[in-house]
Amino acid sequence: MNRNQPASVRPWHQTNWDWRAALNFLGGGTGTGLLIAAAFAGGAAYAGLALGALACVAFGLFWVWMEIGKPWRAINVVFHPQTSWMTRESLVAGPLFVVAIAAAWYGALWLVAGAALLAALFLYCQARILKASKGIPAWREPAIVPLVIATGLAEGTGLAIVALVATGNLATRWLIAALVVVLIVRDLMWRQYRRALARGGAPKGALDVLAGIDLPFSLVGNWGPAALLLAAIPDYAAANTLALIAGIAALGAGWFLKFTIVARAAFNQGFALPALPIRGQGKRVAGTKPGWEKPAQG
Amino acid sequence: MTRWAMAIDLRACVGCQTCTTACRHANATPPGVQWRKVLDVEQGEFPDVKRTFVPVGCMHCSDPPCMHVCPSTATKQRPDGIVTIDYDLCIGCGYCAVACPYQARHIVHEREFAYDDAPSKSEDARFDEKRMSVATKCTWCVDRIDDGLAKGLKPGVDPEATPACVNSCIANAYTFGDLHDPESNVSKKVDSTEWFRMHEELGTDPHIFYVVDEK
Repeated sequence: MNRNQPASVRPWHQTNWDWRAALNFLGGGTGTGLLIAAAFAGGAAYAGLALGALACVAFGLFWVWMEIGKPWRAINVVFHPQTSWMTRESLVAGPLFVVAIAAAWYGALWLVAGAALLAALFLYCQARILKASKGIPAWREPAIVPLVIATGLAEGTGLAIVALVATGNLATRWLIAALVVVLIVRDLMWRQYRRALARGGAPKGALDVLAGIDLPFSLVGNWGPAALLLAAIPDYAAANTLALIAGIAALGAGWFLKFTIVARAAFNQGFALPALPIRGQGKRVAGTKPGWEKPAQG
Repeated sequence: MTRWAMAIDLRACVGCQTCTTACRHANATPPGVQWRKVLDVEQGEFPDVKRTFVPVGCMHCSDPPCMHVCPSTATKQRPDGIVTIDYDLCIGCGYCAVACPYQARHIVHEREFAYDDAPSKSEDARFDEKRMSVATKCTWCVDRIDDGLAKGLKPGVDPEATPACVNSCIANAYTFGDLHDPESNVSKKVDSTEWFRMHEELGTDPHIFYVVDEK
């Protein structure tokens, strides 16, 4: 393959969604994960956690609003629920804010459960937004859906622990155990996502970016904090400090992961010629797909 | 029912970019935006090198991912297969651009000029505020097609009713017409040649056929 292939043929990094779009996935994932974690373990701190979660979601939506070309027409985003996951996300956002604020105010169990359910729906919509982006191989891979959901839950649970400890509360053993589980699941989903991308073939640029974060993400973001949390469970005296560190690592690694996927690994499809034209006496030669890593064997 | 389609004979294309220029002239696209561009693809190692020119743009897919993801319904598909954008509805979110596997969509946020810091007379006269900060792309010169049909002309045969890129091609590499009409130029071309469609494996059912050989 010719290494001097013009950039316009090889996949190149998309330029339509930048760090502002990434912030929507950061804020939305963390906020909804926090709302879900708060529903299970918020206790007396539920109201504060829920409002913090909504602030995260609003932060993400604010930045995506700042990115669109016609912000004063933003209401048009709700016109296509039949097939658009962006519309569905925006339609879930309204009830999410109403129900979560009501849950924070009244504390009724059915409102808390409703807010958690809407948060889960919002998180699912975010994951599907990426999967529906057919022009970006690293996003359209179906394995991105469980990965985005798992990291949202890990970020939210991590932030719940950080918020509880920082405000003088105790991180419950239940919450600590939950974070261990979601960190392990997140790492498994990350591995599954990378395997699936390699199996199907992907732009080399995207695979290189993802390979570059593998070790720090897994070690510092998943296994390191999981080990800290496991150490914390039997020694409850040290639990809060260890859980605080683990929570920060879980949260930061999730942001690092999503920022990388959205803003650094988003190489487009590029162009390919499955067959080359036969001119005159020319003989048939293999086609070309510049800038792609062939699908992994086996 | 009509289904417009295009065939591009890669054996004939010489990479002169006349189609690109004709498109820019017909559609007044700003600098840097080419609804029809021609890729220069090199394959092999010296001395066994092949060079192929590949005109690309919106493929007017039958299953267009851009339309499915569009949250505002600005992107639509007409019954004749042409994918359109309603500039009054589009919010410029760019979702269609990341959903399109053909890099066919463009969003321009700031006005730029070809030669100077100020617009030429032509640029001023043809500037369309509606196309700022919204998605734009090739329309297969839909206005020419509709106007031509209204005058009883045949797109793909009568130049007045045919996309500018097709008219301009010096090598006659382009063929345009109704794929559902077995007697149309494009149907005959597709029936008599070997061809591929770009990224067909993605299931978009694109409607530009790249001709590579006789059958």
